[in-house]
Amino acid sequence: MAKKKVGWFGDFGGQFAPETLMEALSALEAEYSKIRRDTTFRRELNYYLRSYAGRPTPLYYAKNLSDIVGGARIYLKREDLLHGGAHKINNALGQALLAKRMGKTRVIAETGAGQHGVATAMAAAVLGLHAEVYMGSEDMERQRLNVFRMRLLGATVHPVDAGSRTLKDAINEAMRDWIANVSNTHYLVGSVVGPHPYPTIVRDFQSVIGREIMVQFKKSVGGLPDYIVACVGGGSNAAGSFQAFVDEKKVKLVGVQAAGQGLASGKHAAPLLAGSVGVMHGMRTYLLQDDNGQIQLTHSVAAGLDYSAVGPEHSYFKQTGRVEYVGVTDEEAVKAFETLSRSEGIIPALESSHALAYAIKLAATLPHDTTIVVTLSGRGDKDVESVAKFRGSML
Amino acid sequence: MSARIFSGSNHPLIAYLMAGYPTLNRSLEAAEIVFKAGADALELGVPFSDPLADGPLIQKASTVALRQNVSLRLVLDMAGRLSGSGKPIFIMSYLNPILRMGYAEFAAQASRSGVSGVIIPDLPVELAAEWVRTAWANRLGTVFLATPSTSTPRLKKIAQNSTAFVYLVSVYGVTGVRDELPGYTYEFIRRAKSVVNRPLALGFGVSNPRTVSHALKAGVDGVIVGSLLISKLMDQESSWVEVLANLESTVHALKQATSTTVPTEEGK
Repeated sequence: MAKKKVGWFGDFGGQFAPETLMEALSALEAEYSKIRRDTTFRRELNYYLRSYAGRPTPLYYAKNLSDIVGGARIYLKREDLLHGGAHKINNALGQALLAKRMGKTRVIAETGAGQHGVATAMAAAVLGLHAEVYMGSEDMERQRLNVFRMRLLGATVHPVDAGSRTLKDAINEAMRDWIANVSNTHYLVGSVVGPHPYPTIVRDFQSVIGREIMVQFKKSVGGLPDYIVACVGGGSNAAGSFQAFVDEKKVKLVGVQAAGQGLASGKHAAPLLAGSVGVMHGMRTYLLQDDNGQIQLTHSVAAGLDYSAVGPEHSYFKQTGRVEYVGVTDEEAVKAFETLSRSEGIIPALESSHALAYAIKLAATLPHDTTIVVTLSGRGDKDVESVAKFRGSML
Repeated sequence: MSARIFSGSNHPLIAYLMAGYPTLNRSLEAAEIVFKAGADALELGVPFSDPLADGPLIQKASTVALRQNVSLRLVLDMAGRLSGSGKPIFIMSYLNPILRMGYAEFAAQASRSGVSGVIIPDLPVELAAEWVRTAWANRLGTVFLATPSTSTPRLKKIAQNSTAFVYLVSVYGVTGVRDELPGYTYEFIRRAKSVVNRPLALGFGVSNPRTVSHALKAGVDGVIVGSLLISKLMDQESSWVEVLANLESTVHALKQATSTTVPTEEGK
């Protein structure tokens, strides 16, 4: 496949977008490369990240959990403590400020679990933009609380009834909106997915997670952690956690995908483990697709991981071997959700519970002087009803 | 074969149908009717699970076709069965089904099926070098899309790589039925006409004889009508025979508009 270097991660990424969006993507790329080095922009973003969103987030040694597991020491990067309850606000604030710079008055977003929708609604409210959010109707059902929050924050939520009625369909619909309204609208993509420059922009805005981990770990523990573990749906919290450590070859990086009811069941959302390379949503990446190139439906108990593709940089990290990708089932994730709630008094998001479940398994096989940092990408209040249902009880 | 429809004073009407909607056999019958009613060429849509440049009508047709497992291979077979008509057939497919089959195999099969050209709405011209080479080697025409947001330098690049015709997208938006087109569409047509030395066909929202006439006057060489025809096929109130009769008269009226419109000097 022909490719230019810019906008590619090895063989992955690119800009496979409808023609209507090509000029808008170029304009976005140009504006982004300007603000990347602009100290005024960085100062403004840092102000909002600190004073509004609550950065830096703590790096917490989960001693009780580590003791129960009885192996490596587990540290939690507490992105769940951010305003809105997830790491999504890092990117939403960055892109909303960028949208304002570009003179856009309207932002649109897709959302799966609703966390990115909430973050976008918050950023739009505080920065004086109009927000509209596309959400699969199945996700609206299982994340009702977040739908209500978005509406309270002044955003319009559009249900998407097409296809699997989850994240991928919400992205399609947001793209269609953008095609029609590209002159006044910024598409505030919520993960490291989509056509170039989105995977780079979102990763950069999330890379604050990894930079803080590095500084905090050095200060409180010393040196570098042995492992960093993060969940991967689209892959933004993982990309943000890994970025600062990619060149630190001694630090092992692990991305955890949703194995749903098991990879063998076919009911999962793990393109990096059971998918093949193709093109969707503007990028060449690993996908779950059938023999005819149709995109397959996914399953995960965590709406935020329920996606049939993955950010192209993760496909590249898989190919180069820099990151190890593993799977965690619904059952294992829910168990980790319960374990952390009881041992540490922290209710993690079901998405983050996937990372946690793997870290718990991993820690048990390692000595006590080994350290694992888990990015707790969000809090789990939104998931209480889903977990109750999973366990066969109603609230 | 594709250049022929743009020759002389002919202004081709290119009819879009979704292969497999409402069924594979019926879409074949619809294609035959469309040709009989005067369409000069057929744009045959390949169903895709995530058609992000399409509005609700074509999305729905795509979903129905996929439920019947209509694959790219089956669409190429269908094109082969229609090639006896002697009229050009263009395949319109999103990139992933083609990639899954592989450029080389797809191009070879399309060529064997008598396909004239291929339209891939999510393959921008910058990333199309390999496809353009493969299409060329298999005598398939290439068609790239240009939109009102396309800059003039890009428009030139798109034209250079479009061996069959340039597909002008009329509006900011997805496919769908539109009563009329905005003023900027006509400005775009005139701009394209002034820099592109290839046949121009206008699509997206071309839904009645009046729009066809306006578009030709503004300088396009042909028109593409899709969602309107799909909407005729979606008529649940009528029998299939009536649906086909309705489709026939619709296409006939559109073709009338292309053959009675005399381009003005302004559009030339």
